[in-house]
Amino acid sequence: MLEMDKISTRQAFGNAVLRLAEQDENIIAVAADTGKSMGLGGMAKKFPKRVIDVGIAEQNMMTLAAGAASVGNLVFAASYSVFTCMRALEEVRTFIAYPNLNVKVAGGMAGLSGSIEGVTHQSLEDVSFMRSIPNMVVVVPADAASTEVIVEEVSKQYGPAYIRLGRYEVPKVFDNSYKFTVGKANVMKEAGKDAAIICNGVMVGRSIEAEKILAAKGYNVKLIEMPCVKPLDEQCIIDAAKEAGAIVTVEEHSIIGGLGSAVAEVVVQNCPVPMKLVGVKDIFAESATHEKLLDLYGLSVQDIVNAVEDIIRQK
Amino acid sequence: MTCANEELVQMAKTIRRDIMEMAFKAGGATHPGPALSSADIVTALYFKVMNVRPDEPGWADRDRLILSKGHASPVIYASLAEKGYFDKDLIYTLRFPGSILQGHPDMKKTPGVDMTTGSLGHGLSAGLGMALALKLRKSAARVYVILGDGELDEGIVWEAAMSASNFGADNLTAIVDYNHFQSGGCTDEIQCLEPLVDKWKAFGWRVFEANGHDMYDIVNKLEMAKMSICTPTVIIAHTTKGKGVSYMENNDDWHQRMPTEAEYLQALKELE
Repeated sequence: MLEMDKISTRQAFGNAVLRLAEQDENIIAVAADTGKSMGLGGMAKKFPKRVIDVGIAEQNMMTLAAGAASVGNLVFAASYSVFTCMRALEEVRTFIAYPNLNVKVAGGMAGLSGSIEGVTHQSLEDVSFMRSIPNMVVVVPADAASTEVIVEEVSKQYGPAYIRLGRYEVPKVFDNSYKFTVGKANVMKEAGKDAAIICNGVMVGRSIEAEKILAAKGYNVKLIEMPCVKPLDEQCIIDAAKEAGAIVTVEEHSIIGGLGSAVAEVVVQNCPVPMKLVGVKDIFAESATHEKLLDLYGLSVQDIVNAVEDIIRQK
Repeated sequence: MTCANEELVQMAKTIRRDIMEMAFKAGGATHPGPALSSADIVTALYFKVMNVRPDEPGWADRDRLILSKGHASPVIYASLAEKGYFDKDLIYTLRFPGSILQGHPDMKKTPGVDMTTGSLGHGLSAGLGMALALKLRKSAARVYVILGDGELDEGIVWEAAMSASNFGADNLTAIVDYNHFQSGGCTDEIQCLEPLVDKWKAFGWRVFEANGHDMYDIVNKLEMAKMSICTPTVIIAHTTKGKGVSYMENNDDWHQRMPTEAEYLQALKELE
């Protein structure tokens, strides 16, 4: 078992934003009564005027972010994923992405991490929505250390982006030596003649455990972290398809429209091989702890192991 | 260039003629009624009140104008063309492929357009974001947002209204083009806005009313709006949809429609 992070990915996001804000006075954050809960407390304390909290009004928050960005600011717009990606989806699409403004949208409590709150606070469709919008960069960090690196790297590139974040501390996968480039995947285990696992978010930790079990059974499985769902590292996917001949994607998202769909779009057009998508089936979840929900809704380590063994048999 | 009152009135007439040129010759039906309704307000802003540089559309300290009722885009395109932001002949490319003039305003394609609009209700929030960011930069620039009365049905307008007074955005001025019509009919029947002045006051705004077709009154109220401390200002401009073209006035059939040649020629004659 992996040890747990000391801080959540949303707090890691807030720490990175504070560091960036200390270096650039034209960085602003906007929130919808989420300044504290999205990790922006540090920035609000140090630069109170640069954290604009509009109260519980996500559409106003998102459009206000567009206006502030149009003046030349880098703006972080932070609320929970269901609200940034669903309630304010049109604002993201028409007023941020269409004019290609420099707003980084952060969605906390994404995936099943809304957990005990139930379906109203869970977000299993966000990546699907966001990656279908032109100009958007979409990133799904795995843990706290990689979140900090990814936030800083995404901020170096002008334009709209969606940063998917969780709620709680998650298993620690990376340390601060983590490297990230927009549009590039992170190959964690090279050789893999039997199958390749392509994963992101909290499922990276579980995929690492699954790979160990598969290795113990004698399988040779390639392991790729793909935190950048858009732009996608197509060459990495094609190489994996050619080398392994079978791909399993693993994500804390609906199997419709997320990482699995993105990878499949590349595979079917370039190098068709058998695929399995490990994700939440086309279904709403329920209230329970995060770890419990992952196990209940098809995202257990055993689910990954089973998918890989199934696909190898299909080859 | 700033204009004396009579010159402003003549410029508004020119802009109305340009709106009719676009109405007849664009690549598809425009919204002439809503554009004519805002013509005097937009003329006052671009040719008298706002501090802008047509030869430097991206000037950081320019005043900004957001046409939240983006479907009235021809009024902005006419004003920008007359002001010299781009070649006036380009107005004839509106709604044709490859044009810098989109059906609704596009800040990345049209020099002088400060915010992409068209999805109703969003102008005030975008303007508030600009106003707050400009204050942080210690810029003296002001932000003007023209709202349609119909779009006041949108909840986000009132989110922004509440927020603007909360943040003391005194560099933000909203102008409501109150012509009492929206796409589907009369605002008083579809979603009555009254008591409109009281609503804005209750949301913490300084409120002026103006005759939206009296240039002296419009300019006066816009100048008064500049003298505000810690409070945003809204001007409820009483207007007539289709103003200046007899058969369009208060006739909602002209919300979006292309005139026949006879109608076009009649309009030009009325606007001589």
